[in-house]
Amino acid sequence: MSAHQAAPSRSFGLLLHAFGNRSFLIGSAITVLIALVALVSFFWTPYDITHLVVANKMKPPSWAHPFGTDHFGRDILSMIMIGSRNSIAVALVAVGIGMGIGIPIGCWAAARGGWVDETLMRMNDIVFAFPALLSAVMITAIFGPGAINAIIAIGIFNVPVFARVARAGAMSIWPREYVLAARASGKGRAQITIEHILPNIAAILLIQGTIQFALGILAESGLSYVGLGAQPPMPSWGRMLFDSQTRMMIAPYQALFPGFAIVVTVLGLNLLGDGLRDLLDPKLRRER
Amino acid sequence: MSAFLAKRLLIGLVTLIVASIVVFAVLEIVPGDPALLMLGMNATPEALEALRSQMGLDQSIPVRYFNWIGGMLMGDFGRSWTYSSPVLDLIIERGIVSLPLAILSLFLSTAIAIPVGIFAASRRGTIADSASMGAAQIGVAIPNFWFALLLVYLFAVWLRVLPAGGFPGWGAGIWPALKALIMPSLALALPQAAILARVTRSAMLEVLGEDYIRTARAKGMSRRTVLWRHALRNAMIPVLTILGLQFAFLLAGTIIIENVFYLPGLGRLVFQAITQRDLIVVEGVVMLLVASVVVVNLVVDILYAAVDPRLRVKA
Repeated sequence: MSAHQAAPSRSFGLLLHAFGNRSFLIGSAITVLIALVALVSFFWTPYDITHLVVANKMKPPSWAHPFGTDHFGRDILSMIMIGSRNSIAVALVAVGIGMGIGIPIGCWAAARGGWVDETLMRMNDIVFAFPALLSAVMITAIFGPGAINAIIAIGIFNVPVFARVARAGAMSIWPREYVLAARASGKGRAQITIEHILPNIAAILLIQGTIQFALGILAESGLSYVGLGAQPPMPSWGRMLFDSQTRMMIAPYQALFPGFAIVVTVLGLNLLGDGLRDLLDPKLRRER
Repeated sequence: MSAFLAKRLLIGLVTLIVASIVVFAVLEIVPGDPALLMLGMNATPEALEALRSQMGLDQSIPVRYFNWIGGMLMGDFGRSWTYSSPVLDLIIERGIVSLPLAILSLFLSTAIAIPVGIFAASRRGTIADSASMGAAQIGVAIPNFWFALLLVYLFAVWLRVLPAGGFPGWGAGIWPALKALIMPSLALALPQAAILARVTRSAMLEVLGEDYIRTARAKGMSRRTVLWRHALRNAMIPVLTILGLQFAFLLAGTIIIENVFYLPGLGRLVFQAITQRDLIVVEGVVMLLVASVVVVNLVVDILYAAVDPRLRVKA
């Protein structure tokens, strides 16, 4: 959004910084890797997971099955690859819902101020008073378990987060002189918000987006673990961990790899978020 | 100060009222007839009608809402539809598992996180700092239920020193009961501790960069005194905020963690009640949890004002 405004020298400087920033490098490498794995899984996985080979069940890791096989003889590596789609899709759409509703609310609150602002922010506080996971469990249990309801449940709790961040960002831009100039030239609040506020808060929203993305993946795995997320036979990392629990005595490795997948993905996104913050938010750069 | 308190109290009250309407409304639009669920498909229409009127389901929605709210204010949360005992009894019975669990994990996470955060901040830029913050970065990424599974494997399956799950009850003695809570509270505490350690570190760094810290050092105060007496107190505000927010996370976390360890706590109660459509239990427990979040945030707000007098005026 801010690309057309930045001078070429500035984006080049940013690029140089990016290569010097360890968090950003590691984080984006992991994130790209996970995204690639999810994409590849559409065309190719080491084994076909709809093809059950019972003779192969509960095999420990080997050259043929690097992560071992599960209780149906399915290849765990292939399951994890396909499971990544579910995690990414749920968390990504949930972030989309949060941004799509939260950012307009936050910008509106900042633009209008007064009672509109007060009302919107108090409504935010009310959503915050519900422990998010509890409500997600409530929503998915009442309207039926499944990936779609998990998306909605997680998405709802992203709304106040983005509303808050957008409002705080917009509030700091409104008193600037160039906004005053735009108002003096007769531009309306909506136009100013689109032309001046949004490009200037895009960076902090992007950073928050990666954080919520990571939280969404954690929340999704928790919901599928208790059986309220994606339903079998669709593989999901949380569900795989649930399945592994009863077989912990005989096949402990089954509990390892889906967990690693979650940790690596969340870690990658968090590092990317930290790196972006260092790069894009000069105010916070001195902290490190 | 009293105006500040009054405003906070009012906001808390409004939050509770709106929350109660939302909870009631959401459960009102749930498909399915509770009476039918209780009696089964073969119930006669007369029996259904009798049960519906006994459960108060034949009254209008506003009447039921006010009956429910009024009852709760008088300590009557209604009767569970599946357990056929008062909801309040269930809440107390389960609460004596969940509350110690939540307190134990809050204690563990603060006890781990604050010293680590202060340590990292006071040795900023050293290997010790990077190592502890790297560990925190990984801790944030670990789902608590997976950590719980790893703990079960380590301590219950492999070392056999702790029970894998279940709860013997406080009647079995303090130690056996506490033993059953060690792993669950550790699992709940770890991700929270990781977040808290990072917040503590950055709050300390922020404060340590202030002029008055340099002045105190210049006056000849030791590093230790400055750190503990001046910096820590001022760094506590963001730490308190996060602690308050984490309380809500802990409460929600009990739903999953209690399922991992088969602990008969509030989280498991509400989870089972939802799947059994025992809506009166769900409503009661959810309202209780929301109320405790509101109260904790209120306490945090008041503590803010106690720590930082400037905030009393601002609010």
